[in-house]
Amino acid sequence: MRLLGRGVRCVRGGREVFSGLDFEASAGEVLAVTGPNGSGKTSLLRLIAGLLTISSGSIDLAGGEAELTLPEQAHYLGHRDALKPALSVLENLAFWRDFLEGEAFDAGTSLAAVGLGHAAHLPAAYLSAGQRRRLSLARLLAVRRPIWLLDEPANALDAAGQGLFVELMSDHLTRGGLIIAATHAPLGLAARELRIGGTA
Amino acid sequence: MTALAALIRRDIQIALRVGGGALIGVLFFLTVVVLMPFAVGPDLALLTRLGPAILWLGALLASLLTLDRLFMADHEDGSLDLIVMSRTPLELTCAAKALAHWLAAGLPLIIATPVLGLLLNLDATSTSAVALTLLAGTPALTFTGMIGAALAVTLHRGGLLLAVLVLPLSIPVLIFGVAASQAAISGELPFGTPFSILCALSLISFVIGPFAAAASLRHGLD
Repeated sequence: MRLLGRGVRCVRGGREVFSGLDFEASAGEVLAVTGPNGSGKTSLLRLIAGLLTISSGSIDLAGGEAELTLPEQAHYLGHRDALKPALSVLENLAFWRDFLEGEAFDAGTSLAAVGLGHAAHLPAAYLSAGQRRRLSLARLLAVRRPIWLLDEPANALDAAGQGLFVELMSDHLTRGGLIIAATHAPLGLAARELRIGGTA
Repeated sequence: MTALAALIRRDIQIALRVGGGALIGVLFFLTVVVLMPFAVGPDLALLTRLGPAILWLGALLASLLTLDRLFMADHEDGSLDLIVMSRTPLELTCAAKALAHWLAAGLPLIIATPVLGLLLNLDATSTSAVALTLLAGTPALTFTGMIGAALAVTLHRGGLLLAVLVLPLSIPVLIFGVAASQAAISGELPFGTPFSILCALSLISFVIGPFAAAASLRHGLD
């Protein structure tokens, strides 16, 4: 499996964010997208996720499942956690597991894997920022998707959480997954770097 | 199907819990209808004549009240991104969301109608006629309202825009809903004609609503 971007151009609100961007990532690789604030890291992830329309250029996936589009084979972990405060931790996760479809795993096990097993029946409204992030990570585990698109994934995670997150990522890579992460901090894994915009 | 069932179950759960929209809609409906006799005065004959129209207006406003949260909440917390990316066609997802909204917010209005009919001096036949027309007509309100909710989703203060967008679209439903109820009550005009048109409006909205909403969600994402 191989993700290939050629001459990608992104325009938002009439302003060009970046243009002529080339990148590639293969199965088992991490592509770390870096760059100053406002350089378009999030925009690039959203372009790959199909949440923004590409102005020119192309993003292609070779060797994925032929019947599914690129966004359908990807997990997107954005700034917002996609959690409902009125539902419990377990209900939130179980909903995404059922809704996203695909090869699914037990929600309770996924929660335990990110260290939230004890909070399963707590309403999500009472979670701290770090716990919300862990719950989002549990979503990546509950349903298998080959491509992970992560936007500042380690935000709000404590040291133990970051260690756990590195483990989860390397597990995913050894299973032949592909990770594209927008980040300021080092990911803690060997990664190919894609720098967008300026040298700031 | 699992995906859609999960979505419907989640939306109903959220609506029924504290802070959800289901109870708010019914309470608003109750308030509007209770206020009406105070405004109109103690003229029982007049209340009976206005009854169906008041119930229909109340139901229309109450269903509009909670409609703006249909996509807004999912947009604000990022759920909408994941919904758009998922393997379920967005049109089906929109239809499922509208169905869940109707079950949680529309159906309680219809169940409350017989009680509220008492306040408007409507007898059992008249109230059941109104309830029946609401049952046939409120899905149309939800499914056309969904288009407005999808358009308003990326705009700030979308709730106000929603009312302006959706109310004109609900005029036909209101006309035929009230006409059918009046026909059933007075018995002078045939009930079948306006009622069939009301059902037809609902069926049309089932087809157009999800496609229009999905198109505007895809276009509006940024």
